[in-house]
Amino acid sequence: MAYSEKVVDHYKNPRNVGSLDKSDPNVGTGLVGAPECGDVMKLQMKVNPETRVIEEAKFKTFGCGSAIASSSLATEWVKGKTVEEALAIKNTDIVRELALPPVKIHCSVLAEDAIKAALGDWKKKQGEAESKPEEASATAS
Amino acid sequence: MAMKLPVYMDNHATTPVDPRVVEAMRPYFTEKFGNAASRNHEFGWVAEEGVENARAQVAKLIGATPKEIVFTSGATESTNLAIKGAAEMYREKGNHIITQVTEHKATLDTCKRLEKYGYEVTYLPVEKDGRINLEDLRRAITPKTILISIMYANNEIGVVQPIAEIGKIAKEKGIFFHVDGVQAIGKIPVDVQKDGIDLMSISGHKIYGPKGVGALYVRRKNPRVQLSAIIDGGGHERGMRSGTLNVPGIVGLGKACELCQQEMAAEAERLRGLRDRLRDSIMSRLDETFINGSMEHRLPHSLNISFAYVEGESLLMGINDVAVSSGSACTSATLEPSYVLKALGVGEDLAHTSIRFGLGRFNTQEEVDYVADRVVETVTRLRELSPLYEMAKEGVDISKMKWVAASDTH
Repeated sequence: MAYSEKVVDHYKNPRNVGSLDKSDPNVGTGLVGAPECGDVMKLQMKVNPETRVIEEAKFKTFGCGSAIASSSLATEWVKGKTVEEALAIKNTDIVRELALPPVKIHCSVLAEDAIKAALGDWKKKQGEAESKPEEASATAS
Repeated sequence: MAMKLPVYMDNHATTPVDPRVVEAMRPYFTEKFGNAASRNHEFGWVAEEGVENARAQVAKLIGATPKEIVFTSGATESTNLAIKGAAEMYREKGNHIITQVTEHKATLDTCKRLEKYGYEVTYLPVEKDGRINLEDLRRAITPKTILISIMYANNEIGVVQPIAEIGKIAKEKGIFFHVDGVQAIGKIPVDVQKDGIDLMSISGHKIYGPKGVGALYVRRKNPRVQLSAIIDGGGHERGMRSGTLNVPGIVGLGKACELCQQEMAAEAERLRGLRDRLRDSIMSRLDETFINGSMEHRLPHSLNISFAYVEGESLLMGINDVAVSSGSACTSATLEPSYVLKALGVGEDLAHTSIRFGLGRFNTQEEVDYVADRVVETVTRLRELSPLYEMAKEGVDISKMKWVAASDTH
């Protein structure tokens, strides 16, 4: 399977790899996927509570090249956007940008879920009520 | 000597044709191009000579006689012929076949088709080391069992089955024993007499021969095995396999067998040394790595390692100047992880992290060292990207996590 140049670029030079402080009240953390499926993405965002602008984003991914690229791209895109703008990002946008083949579309879906999960977590920390159901995050027991 | 990139280390998938095999084949394309079945002129006789020569070379490698070798288009066809051919021929005797879960799809899918026609098939499980349990085999035998089919060595993990012991049991019970010999022939000593084998599938392109040609060993004495042909049309190969023979391919297969015969012992030792070097170089520099399948009962040139917390396809992408393969779902067309690893009891998460290395005749120590370095470098980098590695280092018990898989509402 040949990869698109953009996927290879994100894989070789992933943007925003790392972690933010989970306990920071302005950091939302989303952890989606499952090891048995071969795809786990952790996406974190630091949001300015006044402007609702995403100032920082970091990711870590266990998954194939397309999964890594999708989540790396997600962190690139959300930075500088407001919470509402970031929630509007669709997986199809990611598919188009990275030229993902059909068999890899689920990677983009997981990235969209990760964005929603991270922002859902941030909203919960702010005590905001939800009008639309947000994606749940994985939980440790 | 400059190392050529990319490095090929996927010799279980296929092998380069040995230049000496190409040389042996060459005259049969444009000079000795006759149909081996043309009885009436020199073109036919010369082609036939090439075929019969090759037949003897194949037979010699496995301890058989030339009359017991049937040429086919490859081991998949040989396996189809062996299993379907025996099943149909001995239908009056019984309708039960015994095989095992880590067999190649050529065996498994053929058995599945026979099940549709009313045959019963028992798929024996394997233990953690990848081998079947001989007691399970004994217990599975019934008065209606007509065939046991067990591969000599597995293509994904390289594990070698207790073939001689199985052969003894089969002989005791008067049941025919078919062996998929594809990965073992030419790599370790295989002898149809010593191992008690009645039918055996052979592949050209796994032993530095060309693709598109293989053979089936069919025992003629003690006992004699008869098969119903699955391809009709002219009665070639003693009625067992019709169709004009692939003369250049067959000549190539014969030469490949002859070279294996001559070089196998030394080559196995050299490759075992390289394989062990690769294993030690990787595992001494990385934690949380696991070998899949028995090291003791294994082909000397084979290695299958799981690298926890790093997904296989991303690892292959990172070592993109090395050709190996993975048991990860992401690398298969169907997105299903390796059924062989699953059968060993390897968890799906670890199955996604496995890499298969298959060393071969043309690999060098320099290549092994290069590959080890690239693997260690890439795993280390990907672990820095891995949320699972991070959690493991923090002491989180990943197996106790409740995961939420991707939603499918889009």
